[in-house]
Amino acid sequence: MIFVFSEDNETSFEILAEARKLADSSKSKIAAISFGGGEDDYIAGGADIILSINIEPHEDSVVEGISQLIDQYNPEILLIGSTKFGREVAPRIGQRFGAGCATDCIDFSKDNENLIVKRLVLGGRFIATQRFLRKPRIATVPPRRFEKNIDKSRKGEIIKISFYPAETRVQVMETKKKAPQEMRIEEANIIVSVGRGLKKKEDLKLIEALANVFGGAMGCSRSIAVDLKWLPEEHWVGLSGHKVNPRLYIAIGISGQVQHIAGIRDSRTIIAINKDPNAPIFKACDYGIVGDLYDIVPRLTEILKKQS
Amino acid sequence: MTVEIIVCLKQIYDLAQIKIDTSKRPATEGIAKKLSDFDKNALEEAVRIKEKHGGNVSAVIKGTKDAAKEALSMGADEAIVYNVDTDSLGTAYILAGVIQNMKYDLILCGEASIDEYSFQTGPRLGHALGIPVLTYARKIEMQDGDVVVERDLEKGYEIAKEKLPALVTVTKEINEPRIPTLMQILGASKKKITEMSPFKPDAGVETLSILAIEMKRKEVIIKDVEDLAKVIMAER
Repeated sequence: MIFVFSEDNETSFEILAEARKLADSSKSKIAAISFGGGEDDYIAGGADIILSINIEPHEDSVVEGISQLIDQYNPEILLIGSTKFGREVAPRIGQRFGAGCATDCIDFSKDNENLIVKRLVLGGRFIATQRFLRKPRIATVPPRRFEKNIDKSRKGEIIKISFYPAETRVQVMETKKKAPQEMRIEEANIIVSVGRGLKKKEDLKLIEALANVFGGAMGCSRSIAVDLKWLPEEHWVGLSGHKVNPRLYIAIGISGQVQHIAGIRDSRTIIAINKDPNAPIFKACDYGIVGDLYDIVPRLTEILKKQS
Repeated sequence: MTVEIIVCLKQIYDLAQIKIDTSKRPATEGIAKKLSDFDKNALEEAVRIKEKHGGNVSAVIKGTKDAAKEALSMGADEAIVYNVDTDSLGTAYILAGVIQNMKYDLILCGEASIDEYSFQTGPRLGHALGIPVLTYARKIEMQDGDVVVERDLEKGYEIAKEKLPALVTVTKEINEPRIPTLMQILGASKKKITEMSPFKPDAGVETLSILAIEMKRKEVIIKDVEDLAKVIMAER
């Protein structure tokens, strides 16, 4: 059996689609673990069974709940969404069962009965192929990596699990919502990022205007955040800054140092705007335009504004 | 109250210097090593807590004696080093084995190492020691016997309180790690370094290969801004 869990619904569906391929090749079943609500949907998303626990998900209660289900069902594989929540609970469950865990797996395959995963290491410039030595085989799956596959005609079974969590020790005193500009750059779908091609701090508004056309996040290279301090480090994209995986990454006036490229490698599409035709960013992008950002960015913003 | 703090750190290769050899594997010979970035944030925070409340900072480091000297220069009072390669499961076993014989109120780790980016060591170690874990802290306050942290989560910040002893992982935003002065570097040579050679524990994951990624980007050059806009509309 394959267990699938993410507290983020979209991520659950994406993992279910990938789990379906693994399950079909080995004729095993998929159980989606649900903490309250949304049950029928997971069947359409690819689950055979929904194990439904009707409590509020918190890190402690989810570790406890999934661990009890592992004891009961003895799954071969446990796939967890690689959100911050998932990246905490997966290794905790792993330690409890004396099992390994592979974080942010971008590819899954089978070798006989073992599960083979691939993940990026050493600053995203290398790909590691790994296999599991113990069960359950635990892997986390990054959001937006796989396409969901919804089929409303799928049939499945919902099993209600009675579960009394051990008392959680953490006392949550307050939660504050983030303003849109505080959203972590790792979660952005579109990032408009700027580097040393920018001449002065005031010109950031050109970049911001472009980002605002589609509610994108603003990113920057190391020099803008660390050396010039024109933007806080929250915006710093790169290996020692923030590693990002948007659908669309637009690099403006960024030459493309190794450290920066390593931080954007998981992006689906990379677009570069740079006046130096020999800038390394043009060897690391999908689409590039050679030209002065002060000419291109305002024109691009105008055109996009009219279209959206 | 004074606070006994343990910081877990990992020494890693300077990733930007890693080259690719002829068989596409990472070439690491002769490359400088340093403490991983976010682990330094954890150490800096430990030193700041000690400066405010008093106490002791012990660094437990996977790496060489040079890494121990780096941590001592940054303000750790003593360092324990070991150099056994294993996965996150094995690392947690080793750290728990070392730490269970030490006195501590608070354990700090970086949220992840920047070579592996696995985010596992902190949560696993907390479980192995049977103490609570608070991840992704961007602020830490000590309040008579409790630790209060502001956790930086996807959709918001969560302020959470926990009884000591507890383990906290920190984000890079929590502070700016100090660059040691010459005096601090010289002073560090008087501090105690303990070298340990733990048994290699069972690992949970085996790495079969590490190979350079072939960049499969399209590298299409566009001449016209209108066309660029079309591409963006299609790809967004």
